[in-house]
Amino acid sequence: MADVTFTVDGKKLTAPAGTLLIEACRTHGIEIPAFCYYPGLSLQAACRMCVVRIEKVPKLQTACTTPVAENMVVTTESPEIAQARKATIELLLGNHPLDCPVCDAGGECELQDMTFKYGAHESKFVEIKQHREEQQWSPVVFFDRPRCILCYRCVRVCGEGMDVWALGIQNRGAGAVIAPNKQDHLECEECGMCIDICPVGALTSGTYRYKTRPWEMNHVGTICTHCGDGCRTTLGVRRGDDGMDIVRGDNRDKSGINGDFLCIKGRYAFDFANREDRLTKPLIRQADGKLAPVNWDQAIEFAGKKLREIRDARGGGAIGVIGSNRTTNEEAYLLQKFARTVLGTNNIDHHRTADYPAFAAALNHSIEPGAGSSGTPALAGKAEASLRDFASAKAILMLGNDPTEQHPGLAWQIRTNVRLNNARLYVANHELIKLRRQATSFLQIREGDYPALIAYLGGDDSALDGNGEAAKLREAIRGEESLLVAFGSEFRGGDVSALVRFGSLLPTVKFACLADYVNSRGAADMGLYPDLLPGYVPVGAAAHFAEEYGSALPAQPGFDLVQMFDAAERGALGALYVVGSNPIARYGVDPAALSNTFLIVQDMFLTETAQLADVVLPAANLYEKAGTVTNAFGDLQMVKKAADKAGVRTDFELIVRLAGALGADPKKLVPFGRRGVQADFGQARGAQSGEVDRHGVWLAAHHLEPKLSPFDPFAILDEIQRLVPAYNVPHFELLAGDDQHLRPGLVRIEDAGSRRDLVLPSNDTLFSSGTLGRYSQMLSSVMEARKPAETAAD
Amino acid sequence: MSTQSGQPGTIFSPALAARFDKLVTLYPVKRSALVPMLLYAQDEVGYLSDPVIAEVAQRIGITELDVRNVISYYSLLRTKPAGKYNVQVCTNISCMLRGGNEILEHCKKKLGIPNKGVTPDGLFSLEEVECIGACSWAPAAQVNYDFHENLTPEKIDGVLAGYKAANRGTGK
Amino acid sequence: MATISTHPDCVPVVSYRFGKGATAIDKYLELDGYKSARKALELGPDGIIGEMKASNLRGRGGAGFPTGLKWSFVPKQAPRPKYVLVNGDESEPGTCKDRLIFEHDPHSVIEGVIIAGLAIQAKMGFIYLRGEYRYLLKIMEKAVEDAYAKGFLGKNIFGSGIDFDIVTQTGAGAYEVGEESALMESLEGKRGVPRIRPPFPAVVGLYGGPTIINNAETIATVPHIFRIGGAEYAKLGTERNGGTRLFCLSGHLQRPGVYELPMGYNLKRMIYEVGGGIRDGKKLKAVVPGGSSTPVLLPEEIDIGMDFDQVGKAGSMLGSGGVVVLDETVCIVEFALRTMKFYQHESCGWCIPCREGTDWLKKSLTRLHAGGAVDKDIDNIRYLAENMLGRTFCPLGDAAAMPTLGFVKKFRKEFEDHLEGRGCPYHKAREEETALV
Ligand SMILES: Cc1cc2nc3c(=O)[nH]c(=O)nc-3n(C[C@H](O)[C@H](O)[C@H](O)COP(=O)(O)O)c2cc1C
Ligand code: SF4
Ligand code: FES
Repeated sequence: MADVTFTVDGKKLTAPAGTLLIEACRTHGIEIPAFCYYPGLSLQAACRMCVVRIEKVPKLQTACTTPVAENMVVTTESPEIAQARKATIELLLGNHPLDCPVCDAGGECELQDMTFKYGAHESKFVEIKQHREEQQWSPVVFFDRPRCILCYRCVRVCGEGMDVWALGIQNRGAGAVIAPNKQDHLECEECGMCIDICPVGALTSGTYRYKTRPWEMNHVGTICTHCGDGCRTTLGVRRGDDGMDIVRGDNRDKSGINGDFLCIKGRYAFDFANREDRLTKPLIRQADGKLAPVNWDQAIEFAGKKLREIRDARGGGAIGVIGSNRTTNEEAYLLQKFARTVLGTNNIDHHRTADYPAFAAALNHSIEPGAGSSGTPALAGKAEASLRDFASAKAILMLGNDPTEQHPGLAWQIRTNVRLNNARLYVANHELIKLRRQATSFLQIREGDYPALIAYLGGDDSALDGNGEAAKLREAIRGEESLLVAFGSEFRGGDVSALVRFGSLLPTVKFACLADYVNSRGAADMGLYPDLLPGYVPVGAAAHFAEEYGSALPAQPGFDLVQMFDAAERGALGALYVVGSNPIARYGVDPAALSNTFLIVQDMFLTETAQLADVVLPAANLYEKAGTVTNAFGDLQMVKKAADKAGVRTDFELIVRLAGALGADPKKLVPFGRRGVQADFGQARGAQSGEVDRHGVWLAAHHLEPKLSPFDPFAILDEIQRLVPAYNVPHFELLAGDDQHLRPGLVRIEDAGSRRDLVLPSNDTLFSSGTLGRYSQMLSSVMEARKPAETAAD
Repeated sequence: MSTQSGQPGTIFSPALAARFDKLVTLYPVKRSALVPMLLYAQDEVGYLSDPVIAEVAQRIGITELDVRNVISYYSLLRTKPAGKYNVQVCTNISCMLRGGNEILEHCKKKLGIPNKGVTPDGLFSLEEVECIGACSWAPAAQVNYDFHENLTPEKIDGVLAGYKAANRGTGK
Repeated sequence: MATISTHPDCVPVVSYRFGKGATAIDKYLELDGYKSARKALELGPDGIIGEMKASNLRGRGGAGFPTGLKWSFVPKQAPRPKYVLVNGDESEPGTCKDRLIFEHDPHSVIEGVIIAGLAIQAKMGFIYLRGEYRYLLKIMEKAVEDAYAKGFLGKNIFGSGIDFDIVTQTGAGAYEVGEESALMESLEGKRGVPRIRPPFPAVVGLYGGPTIINNAETIATVPHIFRIGGAEYAKLGTERNGGTRLFCLSGHLQRPGVYELPMGYNLKRMIYEVGGGIRDGKKLKAVVPGGSSTPVLLPEEIDIGMDFDQVGKAGSMLGSGGVVVLDETVCIVEFALRTMKFYQHESCGWCIPCREGTDWLKKSLTRLHAGGAVDKDIDNIRYLAENMLGRTFCPLGDAAAMPTLGFVKKFRKEFEDHLEGRGCPYHKAREEETALV
């Protein structure tokens, strides 16, 4: 809309016509106080804090509902306005418990801030305040009624934002109260958005209540370790007995790709880190068959020695490596480099939750000009959609998957886009997924009909028995100027290529291939494949890798994960090194298969796999390290070290040390101090590494170049960026914490369709998260409380 | 539960179920029928019990929470039983000026129950209410939906006695 | 059965058919019924609105907005269907007039709705009665049914080719639902919480369509305007205040009752002549001229004409026409408290100043009345009311604040007499009040 010019507090401002005054002012740095107004949610005009004086209008007006108009003259602060706001606060405080000293929100309370600003500290009332007992509405949600100021933010974020509608308003007048959907408790998605959005301490979180004060924590913005969306979460950490404990997760930093959103996992499921049964000492299997603690040197020496013996005696082909979906890119990259250059094997794989090689190949095939053999037009300039794109796209096609359960961040972005921008959402699924409620059109197909659907959309009328819905969907999609296509793991191999080919018929299209865990995508991009190097370079075409690594690389594809266990069963796998993965449980492997294999497991807990190990190495989790991760959408983000646990080591450090114990030159593995490697100025290590930070400051003050150690993951980011051009995004933005979408041109392989399909969807729900989720007390208690109810509130 | 009248599953009488089926068709949106439905259901069942709320929610296609949000807003809707004859005495300004408070006190004594109380036999309940639109004929009270105006303590005695007798007449 | 009261000065326009059995459609027809609708059909939208403007009819719901002007705000072309909504929620304490209309002349409301519908080219009308008026719903439902049977409603009304439907219903006990936007919410099956304005109902109203909302008396007056002519109707009243209205006299009068009197009728005469003066030979203490929300007038302030402008000039409001008369035995603090108790009970609770303000005012007044207040409480009460005024989401907050300010200002001495320990000089406070001290 056209811009209008108006005056606020004597300043001439412009904003698009129709902009709400409160927003227009915010954009120009004029903060108008508000309790009930919340950007993106429906307007209430209930709290009356945002009152301003508009020339020629008799009464004070609410800035939250007034659109700017040409020549409007506004005053936002004056004695009259201050008095109005003060009176409003006085009224609120009349019944407010003023238990700020023990309130969770103390120090982060908008009511406190306003009281401070407008000075309503003198109580006008002598009546006794009404006291009411606090209520527990769910494992995570507690409600303290007298603290509630009835801004209705929680009701709206739950309904409009989450499409859950679990909160309501009951009674009227002074008796009005926020109420949960099941009379005395909540049945909902437990996202905690209501708690987060509450401007006071009326809604508090089961994980955080009465634990600490906000100012006693350090707040570290990092990336959630759970699903493939990679939401930004801010962890509040506090010094504990054996390190830094995570006390809270929230989304106070709205600059992340998740905007306002966090789901239960991002907000609460950090508690695995503080568990009692966490491994903090290396273990070695003793002669009596039991695992016993040893010190780090013993463990590393022993593991390294065994690996060296097996490699030297039986060759690298007798060793297998399984990587993780939850370690950083740097760690995944380092692991494959270690496997290929130190162990000399291509027997490396990970739990695949999406067919990224096929996706990359299909995209690559399309972006190279003229690559379109058989008449396929090239998809020049079209590529992959960032998660952010889903918040603004005009039209979205959602094929397979259930984002509400599996990609809650994506579901939020889509819902928000539909609600605020009237984006058109087309959904095709074999289930009645909840997101259909936002859909312009929903098509239910049979589980096996996804390929047929693509063929049908592409114009093959015979592919799908052309029911009316399908025809309507096709028609609508053909009418779209630009489209985002997100697809789940229902699509693999040739189906992915077919889908991308279909997309190339549309004017502008971008794709997103959904995978399940925080770094599923990174694990794939970083070459945790027996046949592919980082960036999906076939192992047979390793020339520039060999040059960079300074050693020959095994040229033949190695064993994939299933083949590794087959080989073990045959007695052909002398050793297996498992990093942050639990294949025994995940793939239902018979433990006996590993009886003749030397097993090293690096993990946080004594998982089913770790229980079989000969050496167990206690590892740090994603919240205890720095590095980068790539979400399912190809958004590269930095993780910062927030917590610390005495006794554990990062996977990065462990790989380097193991390599050392194998006699490898760490400098070759991690090129620290070589080829213009940039230091990260301490930022990446998080607020806890005070020592490192101090070093950095001291060095900088003395005009000395900060030095990287071989244990610093950032030493290897440069190498990744060199070798995998898609990762060559601006370094500084990344370090500053901005998400950077990968550049196109990831892939070189051609024969995606013929690879073996090993994709195993994790089928996690909102309340599960693979093996890791089982170690979250919070997730378990929510699941317990929900039995036998359904999962997503639908 | 069924939305078709006459079909098993409804907790309402066939006549009321039929009325509900019609009500939802009268308005441009179904939900408009909510308040009338709740009133009729309350008249038949006596109060808005959990099953009533569940069925009404289902008939309209909204959540039970939504129904409760609405119920709790309106003072005539109740989720607990009242007496068979709900005596509502107005004490708002016009009635107060002409003895509304005295009528209320008189009823309390007469029925032996406090404001919002129900007699042990469940016959009467008493409620002090806001203006009922009888200001020029104050003081006034409503028993269920019937108006009784220009009241005096003696007159209200007669009114109450009348209901008692009527109740006996119904044989209950 | 509630009936209209009469006095020689009464001018029966709206009440023309009261007591004549006009609930029966044939009787209604006999008494010139549905002729106005036919006339309106001939006039067409612009003609109807012209006639309405000429009548100088101002809304009888409280605010006194010129009805013809209101109708003219409805856009001719609209993307959504238009509606007529009759506000029969009548809940302002002191007001009991709409009830008489529904009881004695239901067809005049129906005919009014039809005419309003023709004026804006709506196809549907709603008549919303307050929940307590359930007995009137039966009367209205019967009348609507009869009108359908005669072909005045439904398809092709009066053979005009125009379709028009009416739905009647009641609310369920909520004063706030009388506020026009809350009324629409309630009719849509929701909590009676008002809507943000603009947009105004004339543009975006019921179900998102342009909507005329009028008080029941306003609508019932419409057919009479077409019966006697807009200009003639205007002449019955004063300048810019056309016609007559139903005044509800209540309180300490000899002859309380609902009387139809010309707009601008002198308040003093209304009390002393029409209402028969103060009962039991007592002295007049104060008058609340337009329903509980209007600021109180002192005996020396009542020599005024009862129209919107003159009462406004006197510092109060004509409101809904409920004249409440207080004699010398009344405790103003108790009266103020009872008034506030009402608004506290009826606040929808949406906005902070009203929800919390009415609650604290009620508490403070309770304490004051029971003798537990201290000096600063009186100023506190004023402070609270002043800070609600003009700051709330809808006018209910004002309705609570305005009379309070009036009482404190005009009867401050009486407030002071209640201070600490002294209690009410008139009579004992109610038990639950003293319990609070
Ligand atoms: C709190 C509040 C309560 C109201 N109650 C009523 C009412 O019961 N009846 C009514 O006709 N108007 C009531 N009104 C006025 C309506 O909002 C609206 O102005 C009126 O129905 C318009 O009709 P009119 O133009 O015919 O007066 C109320 C207004 C407020 C602010
Ligand atoms: S002023 Fe506010 S709380 Fe009061 S009735 Fe209006 S919207 Fe509701
Ligand atoms: S922010 Fe405008 S009224 Fe609350």
